[in-house]
Amino acid sequence: MQVLDFEQSISELETKIEELRHLSDGGRVNIADEIAKLQVKVEKQLHQVYDKLTPAQKVQVARHPDRPHCLDYIKALVEDFTPLAGDRLFADDQAIIGGLGRFSGQPCVIIGQERGHDTESRIKHNFGMAKPEGYRKAQRLMDMANRFRLPVITLVDTAGAFPGVDAEARGQAEAIARSIEKCLNINVPLIACVIGEGGSGGAIAIAAGDRVLMLEHAIYSVISPEGCASILWRSASQAADAAAALRLTAQDLEQLGIIDQIIPEPLGGAHRNREEMIARVGNAIGEALEELSRYDAKTLLNNRREKYLAMGKKSVS
Amino acid sequence: MSWLTNFVRPKIRALVGGPKKEIPDNLWEKCPGCSTMLFKRELEENLNVCRACGYHMRLDVVRRLEILFDEGRYREISVPKVLVDPLKFRDQKKYIDRLKDAQNKTKRQDAIIVAEGTVGGQKVVAAAFDFAFMGGSMGMGVGEAIVTGARRAVATKSAFVVFPASGGARMQEGALSLMQMPRTIIAADEVKAAGLPYIVVLTDPTTGGVTASFAMVGDIHIAERGAQIGFAGARVIENTIRETLPPGFQRSEYLLDHGMVDIVTERKNLNETLTRVLRLLRKDKGGKNNFLLGPVPHGARSSKRI
Ligand SMILES: [Zn+2]
Repeated sequence: MQVLDFEQSISELETKIEELRHLSDGGRVNIADEIAKLQVKVEKQLHQVYDKLTPAQKVQVARHPDRPHCLDYIKALVEDFTPLAGDRLFADDQAIIGGLGRFSGQPCVIIGQERGHDTESRIKHNFGMAKPEGYRKAQRLMDMANRFRLPVITLVDTAGAFPGVDAEARGQAEAIARSIEKCLNINVPLIACVIGEGGSGGAIAIAAGDRVLMLEHAIYSVISPEGCASILWRSASQAADAAAALRLTAQDLEQLGIIDQIIPEPLGGAHRNREEMIARVGNAIGEALEELSRYDAKTLLNNRREKYLAMGKKSVS
Repeated sequence: MSWLTNFVRPKIRALVGGPKKEIPDNLWEKCPGCSTMLFKRELEENLNVCRACGYHMRLDVVRRLEILFDEGRYREISVPKVLVDPLKFRDQKKYIDRLKDAQNKTKRQDAIIVAEGTVGGQKVVAAAFDFAFMGGSMGMGVGEAIVTGARRAVATKSAFVVFPASGGARMQEGALSLMQMPRTIIAADEVKAAGLPYIVVLTDPTTGGVTASFAMVGDIHIAERGAQIGFAGARVIENTIRETLPPGFQRSEYLLDHGMVDIVTERKNLNETLTRVLRLLRKDKGGKNNFLLGPVPHGARSSKRI
């Protein structure tokens, strides 16, 4: 597991515990006590660090390579997952995964950004940065969901839409705009969950939903802290200041009324207990699905539009 | 109606001062297109277009509205106030101070003007960006203006014409500015749902979250010649792909070639184009050849059955 700079001392304790575990195989009894003591210490330190992560630290946690990614959630939570490919116009963009599946028994459409977990898969998924064909695939799947009255679940995790010549040539801006429009116009529930990084237009393209859930240490921002710093501070090294100024944490965004619910992460972040994290996300999405199933299409659509029209009217204390 | 301010006539505005100033004869400006030195007064008379090479320089927002509306007459529609600086954002400078500076410089509340009048006799509500106001960036104030303009268009059964000129979302308003993307798309949809034309006139520059929201969902997209239009910034793209960009990349003509805009026009022909499409979309009868309206003579009827 990759160790973040502020996790250094915790990691050292964890290594020590591992070493002792090996020794204890040799039959020394009092080692168990030592391990227990160290574990208490680790837990204490994890609390100390993770209970008050700075925004810049949250950026690191949100981007942690060992955090569960889109496909991890799908694999664990979606039964009969049937990936569907292509925008029917140009190509299939693997930065955006989409398909049919069963979420706690309920057939639905799942769409999400996948960043990959090693060099090969990262290249395959273009590091989770979608091109227009990805957003057009999302639109096509949302249309299908609408036609068959299937709820849509989106998993948001992207540094942003891909900035490239080909993406621009094929209308990146139009693809994002239409994707947002589609989110706002479908007659079925849309639940968006920001599982890692919600990067700007590339994120909102699939996140303009009835319920927006966000993991405790995930981030969601109009621009990356690095990008913001290089423009406003004229130096990318001020990214920590930008991260704080942008108010990009789940806690800030809940206060601003931009997201609806925070899903708590296991102690020490999602990367320390992936199974637990995935289960919590599953429960939260399940609850949201159940709640939204009570509304008829018209109410759903009206509420969704009113929610976005009112964005920014709520003051921050 | 409190949101209607006085009728604005350009000549009166010029007399009472405001952002438009008298230009001394001795001011010159170098054309960024061909480096010709141009008389500022002459340049202004030519709608900020170079006489030598046709390069379209940016146009002041008030001038934009004056040349848009018939006889330069329009009514400004005031936009409800929004929360100011809810993030208490500060970089090297406080956002609130940047905002005040921009307000003092432009005498405007935010980076946009909403106005109504007629264009070629057609009722139009226009929302035009002021690039001089923090790069025309879109925050809650601009979002509110788009919503206000769209609803005014619906209420008065007018066409809604937007003129973006923007670097994108206003990052000093954080995710609240990002949320103006869905918000303005809903506004545009309300116009379209009412059966009214929603026209986007893309002017230099239109980038980022503005392009990726209300600016790309128009019934018709018209771009001024040579305008920069795109999602990602050119420098960001260069840094990502580590190649130089193709010539004309992200310019109006490039977007036309790639199917993203309907029409690229010279500034001087914009009103004529706009008038024509508005009349056609709104089924305005007229035109010179009314031959289709008369009864068809018996012998002239085609014998072919379809
Ligand atoms: Zn020139």
